[in-house]
Amino acid sequence: MAYAIEMLNITKDFPGIRANDNVTLKIKEQTVHALLGENGAGKSTLMSILFGLYQPTSGTIKVRGKEVVISDPNIATELGIGMVHQHFKLIDCFTVTENIILGLEPKKFGMIDIKKAAERVKELSELYGLNVDPYAKIQDISVGMQQRVEILKMLYRNAEILIFDEPTAVLTPQEIHELMNIMRGLIKEGKTILLITHKLKEIKEVADECTVLRKGKYIGTIDVKETDEKQMAEMMVGREVSFAVEKGECHPGKPVLEIKDLTVMNVKKLPAVKNLNLTVRAGEIVGLAGIDGNGQTELVYALTGLAKAHGGTILLKGQDITHMPIKKRLDLGMSHVPEDRHKHGLVLDFALKDNFIIHCYNRPPFSEHGVLKPKAIDEYADKLIEQFDVRSGQGKETITRSMSGGNQQKAIIAREIDRSTDLLVVVQPTRGLDVGAIEYIHTRIVEERDKGKAILLVSFELDEILNLSDRIAVIHDGEITGLVWRKDTDENELGLMMAGSLKKMEAL
Amino acid sequence: MKKHNPLVISLIAVVIGLLFAFGLVAITGRNPFDLLTALVRSMTGFNMQKPDAGINPMFVLNWFKYSVPMILTGLSVAFAYRTGLFNIGGEGQFIVGGTAAAFVALCVDLPPIIHPIACLLAAAAAGAVWGFLPGLLKAYRGINEVVICIMLNYSAMYICNMLTRGLLPIDPNTNARTISIPDSAVLKQVTTATASQFNWGFLAAIVGLVIFWFIIEKTTFGFSLKATGFNKEAARFAGMKVERNIILSMMISGAFCGVAGALLVLGEYKYGRIYTGFDNYGFDGISIALVGAANAVGVFFAGMLFSLLKSASGNLQIFQIPSEIAELVQAIIIYLVAIQYAIILVLDKIDFKGFKKKREPKSIEGGDA
Amino acid sequence: MKKVLKMALASLMAVTTLTACSQPAEEENPGTETPTEEKISIGFVTDMGGINDHSFNETSYKGIQEYAAEAGLVEGTDYSYLQSDSETDYMPNLSTYAEEGVDLIAAAGFLFADAITEAAQAYPDQKMLIIDVDSLDPEMTPNVQQAVFAEHEGSYLVGVVAGLRAKNEGYDAVGFVMGQESVTMEKFWAGYQQGVWSVYPECQIYYDNANNFAAPEVGKSLAGKQYNSGAYIIFHAAGATGNGVISEAQERAMNGEDVWVIGVDTDQYAQGYVDEAQTKSIILTSMMKRVDTASYNAAKAVADGTFEGGVVRYTLADNGVGLPEENPNLTEEELAAVEEATQKIVSGEVVVSETAVNNDLTIGD
Repeated sequence: MAYAIEMLNITKDFPGIRANDNVTLKIKEQTVHALLGENGAGKSTLMSILFGLYQPTSGTIKVRGKEVVISDPNIATELGIGMVHQHFKLIDCFTVTENIILGLEPKKFGMIDIKKAAERVKELSELYGLNVDPYAKIQDISVGMQQRVEILKMLYRNAEILIFDEPTAVLTPQEIHELMNIMRGLIKEGKTILLITHKLKEIKEVADECTVLRKGKYIGTIDVKETDEKQMAEMMVGREVSFAVEKGECHPGKPVLEIKDLTVMNVKKLPAVKNLNLTVRAGEIVGLAGIDGNGQTELVYALTGLAKAHGGTILLKGQDITHMPIKKRLDLGMSHVPEDRHKHGLVLDFALKDNFIIHCYNRPPFSEHGVLKPKAIDEYADKLIEQFDVRSGQGKETITRSMSGGNQQKAIIAREIDRSTDLLVVVQPTRGLDVGAIEYIHTRIVEERDKGKAILLVSFELDEILNLSDRIAVIHDGEITGLVWRKDTDENELGLMMAGSLKKMEAL
Repeated sequence: MKKHNPLVISLIAVVIGLLFAFGLVAITGRNPFDLLTALVRSMTGFNMQKPDAGINPMFVLNWFKYSVPMILTGLSVAFAYRTGLFNIGGEGQFIVGGTAAAFVALCVDLPPIIHPIACLLAAAAAGAVWGFLPGLLKAYRGINEVVICIMLNYSAMYICNMLTRGLLPIDPNTNARTISIPDSAVLKQVTTATASQFNWGFLAAIVGLVIFWFIIEKTTFGFSLKATGFNKEAARFAGMKVERNIILSMMISGAFCGVAGALLVLGEYKYGRIYTGFDNYGFDGISIALVGAANAVGVFFAGMLFSLLKSASGNLQIFQIPSEIAELVQAIIIYLVAIQYAIILVLDKIDFKGFKKKREPKSIEGGDA
Repeated sequence: MKKVLKMALASLMAVTTLTACSQPAEEENPGTETPTEEKISIGFVTDMGGINDHSFNETSYKGIQEYAAEAGLVEGTDYSYLQSDSETDYMPNLSTYAEEGVDLIAAAGFLFADAITEAAQAYPDQKMLIIDVDSLDPEMTPNVQQAVFAEHEGSYLVGVVAGLRAKNEGYDAVGFVMGQESVTMEKFWAGYQQGVWSVYPECQIYYDNANNFAAPEVGKSLAGKQYNSGAYIIFHAAGATGNGVISEAQERAMNGEDVWVIGVDTDQYAQGYVDEAQTKSIILTSMMKRVDTASYNAAKAVADGTFEGGVVRYTLADNGVGLPEENPNLTEEELAAVEEATQKIVSGEVVVSETAVNNDLTIGD
């Protein structure tokens, strides 16, 4: 079979770092080829080279057997290479069609011929089974639909080779399933797909071949059918990985967090959390399972003080913290790994070391009489970086924004765990992270449990809940619909409770 | 990925701006050497075309004289900017500061040295009040501080004029200002050897620079201000008092401008002013903070640069170069710094090592060395 | 234009006599004079209005230019001006000239009073001229000539014109727009009031203070307000701000409204044309304040070695203030009335007060 793209012996150097080291990537026509690697393995650099954003230091690129020099993205487009970015580049208040034709507007008497464009969009959408309304506005359609608009954008430009950059990071399980079907349909119509991901499940489901990169180096290309997930993971990480978290018996102690009849309003002033009761004890992990949007965010906001509780009480170590300011809750013994690490977790423009002390900057040893103590701050940062293996370009001085998502999350975990509080509220701790980082973070959470901390884990990923929790609480429409022991339950039962069709309160 | 130092970008902008000025002078048939002579004379007091005349320190002191209020208003804008606020209300704060100083100078009887200090403190307080209002509205009502600040600029002018005319003794000869302030309140010339009005008020600028640097770089307060400026939500999440930070930051910013206004009243005008318009020091502060990358060292140099261009105006005209050239240079520098993306692009192109272009926001890779 | 001015100046020079503390005027005809004096250098410092303000700065500098043309001085090397962008530029600009060693530094406007005093003390040998200020202490500033004008007398004349015209055309109000309150400005206002009421005692006079000499947009809106309230003629004493008054009147005249403006400082007739052919101007007349005479005389005195400090007054009697030579918009009757008023003032029969009557006809605010 002919190759659609061959990237041969690509090396790319950045000052102080070799991002790609003699990497070869050969993609057969009409296949889904996966590019697998941890964050920082060099996937994005390789794709940026293919897309003309960077020039390789050495190596050659062939498209359909012909050697090419891709010096800017327009050449890539002319060659039929299209990229569906992880973060969509769409204009919210424009329609689907307007977004698609942006830059390529068909003209009729000098006016944009929207009708003609919309027909073409509809045609393409039907051909590939995308089911997109050409006249819908982007702000009104779901994230999954928006991704399809991105795909249509490429198809509209006659792309033959489609690159998907982490396409499932933002999708729900159903949407992921549909996307896989769309990919298969594209292959059938003669397109070639390059899928960049670190999710093994998806590779297994949709890809034909898989090229693995690790730390910028080419590890190998494998036939997906003949390789299992564990093997792929090991190629990617470079060592054996365990998907299941090693964890011993749990020994719950005194209640640390007690939530009694809590009611919280959402931004629309409607009750999002309704008379909720939940207790988390020392030395246990309570997983809060549920579909996104069932009151988890509001609950966590009320616990941490970002939102006001409208009724009920929250006790931390027996003290009423229901209306306490954030600062006092933190000081009393609450740590919080927030759901949105960019919005709440980090000041992205701060150096790493400053993010480490963002809670305790105004206490000794980091400051005295209102004056910061740089030495203490540096030492503390070095300590955390070493203990938690936070990797970054310039160590503690790195501007957090330039760090990888995994390392940003590690930094937050490091900060929150090291504060050695009694309660750790962890929300979506591994979203968007690769296998290695997930493994690491899970291990640290279990360690904290074993040290006797009470841990409330909020996650939309059932696997994570099942892996980590000792007890599982299920939230549906702002109410606890299930409270079960991990060992006594399974995915099915939880699914029913998450949908609100089963109630079970046995692990009180 | 290497970040370009904003001060390097400013420096490049300055060089381009000056080169452009020389080019323009040349193509309009004037002598670029005259431009150089004028600039050097304004900076050093040395006239390259009359080397025998030696060095005339008056020009240097005039340069310093202009720099003092400009550095202070630059610090003001930079301080607010560090907290994510845009203080365009410098003009108003400048005016209330000047008026407050005039009130204390004319209505309170104090011994020398203490008197001007009392005036400056009053001016700082008045400026702080003028910064407090937009800060308060921003913090608790989310009202855009820019709009409020602009409105308060005019309010300041008219209210201060009304108070001055109504409560202070007006000079009968002109009926357009107060009588002269008592000698005890005047900021004396540092040296009477020249006719320059350069006065001891410059100490206020130095103190301002030190305070700015200390608060922003060294204190927990500055730390929380910066956190608020970069990411309000994260700061709130970390238990910082975001609203208080916004208000305090605007107040401190206002105080800087207030002091600047007072320095002119105490050191140069030596009477309470009735304002007919804005002096533009507050607006100059915006450019200075921008070019100075909103940090103390940068503001100092940007302030010195812009005040040089201002003080060079006279010398340029003496050498028959339109003083608009100085304004043009300023404008070019500001534009270049504002569109620093262009400079970064050029820097990237000429750097053979090839820094990453900032095309893609997700520049995560390569971070984990 | 220049020719007209030159002629006007020449004739003016012929009759100019300086009062009290100044030297007796020289009875030479400047047109035929040969420059026997040594070449001098002159520096002029403008205020914020700039050199092209159609008013104070421009006219003062014109006097210097006139002298320079006679004496063969070259602009840039022998004489020049420095633009001030704010009051904090006054002192640096004055001292820059002093350091340059020019023979005469001139500046116009009461805003310069403090800066000139300071500069005069720093450079006690530097000859300086300040126009429109007479409040400096001659003991402390013996090197400064203070030139002031009897604006109230000139304003009285244009007041007579405004009052007569409004009365004859059946209007009951005229207006006045001031640049900024000051003792000098009050003289304009006072003279205008007395002039109007001398011929038309029932006439209302609207008063507005723009509080700014360099804000045409303010002038325009104030003029609009006054015209809307029924003012027929507006006398502006507001420098560049007055340009806004003129443009408002032009717009109204082009739309068929019958309105007039009385100019100030220079003959502003040419600024007020409302047609392409330049046959009709809305400038009824102008209150000429011969600041160019003051700067011309000072420059000449420096060259002659006759320059002296102290106050020099330019009055109606010596043509320091008055109406332009040409007044195309004035009727015979009006011109006669002006002539009569002039005679009375010069003879002392009418004494124009410098103090305005308090008038609460400020409209709108």
